[in-house]
Amino acid sequence: MPDATGLELIGKELGAAVLDKSFFRERATLDVDPAAIRAVLEHLRGKGFEFLASVHGVDYYPHEPRLGVIYELLDMRSVDRITVRARVPTDAAELDSVTPDGEHGAGWPTANHQEREVYDMFGVVFRGHPDPRRILMPEDYEGHPQRRDFPVGGEPVLFTRDEAQWLERRE
Amino acid sequence: MSTPPGVSDYRRGEQGIELSPPLAQLTGRGDDGREELLTINFGPHHPATHGVLRLLVRLEGEIVRELKPIIGYVHTGIEKTAEDKSYWKVIPVVERMDYLSYYFNAMAYCGAVETLAQVEVPPRAQYLRVIHLELNRIASHLIWLGTSILDLGATSIFLYCLRERELVLDLFEMSSGQRMHTRYFQVGGVIEDIPTGFAKKLREFIDVMPKRADEYGAILNANEIVLQRLRGTCPLDAERALALGVTGPLLRAAGNPWDLRKAAPYSSYDHFDFKIPVGTVGDNYDRYACRLAEIYESVKIIEQALEGLPEGPHITSDRKVALPPRHELATSMEALIHHFKLVTEGFRVPEGEAYYPIESPRGELGCFVRSDGSAKPARVHMRDPSFVNLQALSPMVEGSYIADMIATVAMLDPILGGIDR
Amino acid sequence: MEVTRSSGEAIDSASLAVRGLSAEQMLRGGALTGANQPAHLKGTDLESEELERHVRERVLTTTLDKAVAWARSNSFFPLSFGLACCAMEQFQAAGPRMDIARFGYEAFRASPRQADLIILAGRVSIKMAPIIRRLYDQMLEPKWAISMGACCSSMGVFNNYALVPADKFMPVDVHVPGCPPRPEALMHGVLKLRKLVQDDPDAGWRERYEAAGTEEAPAGA
Repeated sequence: MPDATGLELIGKELGAAVLDKSFFRERATLDVDPAAIRAVLEHLRGKGFEFLASVHGVDYYPHEPRLGVIYELLDMRSVDRITVRARVPTDAAELDSVTPDGEHGAGWPTANHQEREVYDMFGVVFRGHPDPRRILMPEDYEGHPQRRDFPVGGEPVLFTRDEAQWLERRE
Repeated sequence: MSTPPGVSDYRRGEQGIELSPPLAQLTGRGDDGREELLTINFGPHHPATHGVLRLLVRLEGEIVRELKPIIGYVHTGIEKTAEDKSYWKVIPVVERMDYLSYYFNAMAYCGAVETLAQVEVPPRAQYLRVIHLELNRIASHLIWLGTSILDLGATSIFLYCLRERELVLDLFEMSSGQRMHTRYFQVGGVIEDIPTGFAKKLREFIDVMPKRADEYGAILNANEIVLQRLRGTCPLDAERALALGVTGPLLRAAGNPWDLRKAAPYSSYDHFDFKIPVGTVGDNYDRYACRLAEIYESVKIIEQALEGLPEGPHITSDRKVALPPRHELATSMEALIHHFKLVTEGFRVPEGEAYYPIESPRGELGCFVRSDGSAKPARVHMRDPSFVNLQALSPMVEGSYIADMIATVAMLDPILGGIDR
Repeated sequence: MEVTRSSGEAIDSASLAVRGLSAEQMLRGGALTGANQPAHLKGTDLESEELERHVRERVLTTTLDKAVAWARSNSFFPLSFGLACCAMEQFQAAGPRMDIARFGYEAFRASPRQADLIILAGRVSIKMAPIIRRLYDQMLEPKWAISMGACCSSMGVFNNYALVPADKFMPVDVHVPGCPPRPEALMHGVLKLRKLVQDDPDAGWRERYEAAGTEEAPAGA
């Protein structure tokens, strides 16, 4: 992991894009401005973090901005990991997709399905994604299941003592 | 595309056939005949899709021109369910994601929680974890081998692999009482020490397994059908694999020796001496050979772990996280209180986020846990290797035959439980 | 039909003589007369008790329904349908140790048109439910369904938005509990189904769910 000083240096290089830095349990995390996400990832790619291991979403309810998208980057040569986090509010849940090639550089094809999953589960729209559809839920599903205010759902457990009730209701 | 080495003359002859010009003449549309492509639907119920994977395939004759995987048919909402349960209750839920490598799911999750809660895992527990992880790797590779070669048409290998897997499941049953989804790994160690007789049975298994793997190799390695179907088919070079996020045996088959057990060792993997099988071309045969070789390496690791198994506790002695041993409940008041708190409420984990990656049989399995200070996790996410590796299926297969597509899906080793979670 | 050997030791087609006998001749043993009569029937033309025993030993009477039910129950063709973890234990049930072929059920068919037993092995998500229903509809009568594991029988470990218990969209004959059920447990379930089909084919789901009249109508009706 880039240690605390390494993290400070990266933060300085990125300048205004970085909103916050944290070094927790030996993991470096950069909180960045959602508009600058592609530029930040490109910069980190230049520093050696060429492998995008994971793109996933988190719902920080009740803290605003609520929806976070986390990018885990890996530097295979020096076995280093760094986390980049972009948080967007629910009413403006949009981010630039990092999948396609863009003005900042080559895209990260690995983010294709992963961004679709974040859209499916949290509702974050990725601008410029080549295939912005739901991936895990049925195409016509309404709602974004992994948001914290979405109910878990499920069936009520049918106990034998309630069976009479249940049969009655069927008729 | 150029023919990789080891490709038969038949295939080399086939490479020169280009169907698009005649098709364009037939259709008169001149747009490389795309309008005449046949779109067929593979699955979700299909004997060769290794689970409920749906593939929309655009074919030109028998050549695959475009492939789109559609997933979600076994989406279980595991991550959402996990947010509802206390930390140790999440373990059985999360184990059922990648249902062939259940110990790996539990390991990644426990590792993430241990990082957050700063819990030390005693060395005996680490070695026991390694033994069970490598046994699970062997079991996973056995099912992969059996079902993949079944797809190619050989039915007896499937039965042999199931026979070996029974030996592994017997060992799991001995140590934890369950064959699959054992809840053996807990936060801070393992739930129980291994019983007497386990070491003996494990040694018998260590003796038998390499011989059986030799038998599989003897049948398959130089088998004409296996060579024709797997050699030179659907290669993927390391650079494109990395761009697609591919890890695990697929990446190693392409020549990149990236293995988290060596690169960023966790749970005492650095105490063991083992090799990483690496391929050259990245075609299906290399993927098959890498996984088969990994079985031998896993047996070596298990042997070393068994020889060097240190004495000591099998779970952390931090009573705030791990249940106290039952005999203490009769004598110690604190033990009783800890037991009560742990069983009713569960333990609290300080606020924070952690991402813990390990090397599962399919690649980098990472568990992201966010804790908000309460007794239930606020977010559990598994970065599943099959989910990411599936994106590589399309580039691998485009331009090959349907038969090669079937072989590639088999060699990709997708586990839909992990893909859909 | 009676087959006798005409000459000595050698058995070849020329030495065998086959002739059709009427049932009465067979029953009475009286086709063989004189020197050819078997020892235990020598000198007797079977009467009452001996005739009874003779009949009991050689003739089985049953109804056509029972015979057909016996044949059906011993030759299920399961649909090779595995969804999730239970499918791994289903493989083990078909494996060498807990051999499903002992009972005659090793012919896993991929096409629902050729299968008559669907073993729902694994969790049924909302995306998959209509597809399973379509598969079940494509199967030909008579067909049975076993719900293997806790996830499809009830909701299992995951009682949430994404799953559907199998009972909600298709009729199930046997539920096998477990997570995943051991191969022995699955065999117990399959054998219970076999008993159900053999002994009481009418105690199928149509009676239990009061769904009489839902059989597939023949084409053109």
